[in-house]
Amino acid sequence: MNEIRKIVHLSFSPETSGKPVVCNIIKLYDLCFNILKAHITPREVGEMILEINGLEKAVSDAMDYLKEHGVKITPVGQKIRKDEASCMHCGVCTALCRPRALSVDRATWKVTFDPEKCVACGLCVKVCPVKAMETQLENGTI
Amino acid sequence: MAQPTKTIAEINQRIKKGKAVILTAEEMVDLVRSKGKTAAAKEVDVVTTGTFSPMCSSGMLFNFGQEPPVMKASQVWLNDVPCYAGLAAVDAYLGCTEPRSDDPLNKVHPGRFTYGGGHVIEDLLRGKAVRLKALAYGTDCYPRRELDKSVTLADLKYAQLLNPRNCYQSYNVAVNTGSAVAYTYMGPLKPGMRNANYATAGQLSPLFNDPYLRTIGLGTKIWLGGGTGWVIGAGTQHNPKPARNERGIPLTASGTLMLKGDMKAGMDPKWVRGVSILGYGCSLSVGVGIPIPILDEDMAFFTGVSDADITMPVRDYGHDYQAGINNVLAQPTFEELKSGEIKVNEQTVRTVPLTSYALSLEIAQLLKAKIERGEFLLTEAQERIVSE
Repeated sequence: MNEIRKIVHLSFSPETSGKPVVCNIIKLYDLCFNILKAHITPREVGEMILEINGLEKAVSDAMDYLKEHGVKITPVGQKIRKDEASCMHCGVCTALCRPRALSVDRATWKVTFDPEKCVACGLCVKVCPVKAMETQLENGTI
Repeated sequence: MAQPTKTIAEINQRIKKGKAVILTAEEMVDLVRSKGKTAAAKEVDVVTTGTFSPMCSSGMLFNFGQEPPVMKASQVWLNDVPCYAGLAAVDAYLGCTEPRSDDPLNKVHPGRFTYGGGHVIEDLLRGKAVRLKALAYGTDCYPRRELDKSVTLADLKYAQLLNPRNCYQSYNVAVNTGSAVAYTYMGPLKPGMRNANYATAGQLSPLFNDPYLRTIGLGTKIWLGGGTGWVIGAGTQHNPKPARNERGIPLTASGTLMLKGDMKAGMDPKWVRGVSILGYGCSLSVGVGIPIPILDEDMAFFTGVSDADITMPVRDYGHDYQAGINNVLAQPTFEELKSGEIKVNEQTVRTVPLTSYALSLEIAQLLKAKIERGEFLLTEAQERIVSE
C-alpha cells in the first residue's frame, strides 16, 4: 500500500465547526497531519488547511469520514490559480513560496506552478506585480 | 579600435536583399566562443538584444484634443491617476509610478498599489476606455473650466511612451541583513539575507552588449513595447565613467537610455505592463529590444559577452542603501545569480530574478525575425552618449 501526502482545504458549516471531527481521523485511520491553517469566523464558519500523510486507502477513508460529518473538502491546488496569460515570468513570487510550488524552470526561464506542493498561504497573491495569482482564500503574511 | 569591416548602410543593403545574418545575443555567445571574434565579425551583421523589466522612469506624453469651448487644462487625471498638466492647452504627461489619487499608499503597510499610471498605459494599449478629467482656471482665450469624458487610445490625438530612464546597464542585487522584511522596489526582501533579488537580462541586456555605447545613441531605432521606438539620448542618472572589469563591463549600475515610441503604432500590451510592487508603489514593465550592428571585431567581441563575464554588486537594502552607504557585500557573476544560489559573507542565499529572462529572450527573437523579414532597418546614431 502506498504512503501518500495530500494537502486539502476543509470547510465547516456552523453546525459542524464546533464538533471535534478532525482529531478522530488520527484515531480511526492512523493518519499523521500538519495543520497549516485553521480559522473560525464570528459566524462560526470554519476553515482548515491540512497536510495529511498516510496510507492511500486510509487517507481516502478519512476523507469519506469527514464528508459524512458535513465537512466540505477541496484540494488546495483548486483554491489557487495561476493566470498564464497574465504571468510575466519575472520570478518575484518564487522568493516567498516556501514549499516551492512556484519555481523558475532553469531550462525555459518560465515560472511554473505545481498545485500539489501548494499550501495556500496566499503570499504569491499579495506579491505578484500583475495579479496573475488568484485565490479564494484569505491572504497570508510574510 | 579595430578596423571597420562593414558600415550600417552596407548592413541595411544586406537586410533589404534578405542576406543579412542576424543572431540573438544568446546565439552570439556561442558563435564567438567557437569561431572567435574575427570570424564572427565577418559572418554576423546584427546582434539583437532584449530586456523586459520594471522601469520606473517611464510614462506617457499625450494630447487629448480640444472640445470647444477650448481649454488650457491645469489639472488632469486619467482613471483618477493625476497627470502633470503644466504644459500647453491639452498636453499632459502621465508618470507610471503615480498612484491613483485615493490610493491608501503605505498607510496600511505594506501597501498594495493596485492601480497607477503604468496600469492606465496598459489599459489604453488594451483598447480600454479610461476616464479623462480635466480642470482649468479659465482665460479669455481658453474659457472652458472642466472636461469629463471617456477616452480610448484611438481618441487621443497623440500618445507617446516617453521614458526618461530605461535599460539600466547593470544593477544592484538586493539583500536584507536586517531583522524585519524590507518591502523595496527590488521586491520583498526577507530578513537575515534569505533571498537576493536581481534584475537585468544578463547576456541579453542591450547595454551589456555595447558596454561603451559605441553604436547606441540619439537616433538609434529600437523595438519598444512591440512597436518601434527611438533612443533620444542618455537617460537620467547616466554614469559616463563607471569602473569596469577587464572586458569593459561596468561593475555597478551605470549607463541609462532615454526612450520614446509611438503608442498608437503597433505597441502591444503584452510588452507594456502596469505593475504593483508590494509596499513600494506602481511601475511599468517595459520591453525593449536594441539591434547592435557588428561593425568590427570589437563589436563582435562585446556582443559575445556571456553571463559568466558579467558581475553585479550585492547591496544591503535592510540598512546600507537607505543610509546612502556605498558598501558592496559581494560581486557574483550573472551566471551564479541564474544558478539559483550565491554566497554572501559565507552564507548561501537563494536568488530571485525580477527581470523576465524568458520574455527578454522572446524580444531578442522577435526583433531578429523582424529584421530578417526586412521590416526593420538599422539607423546611424546622430549623437553619441558618452561612456568611457
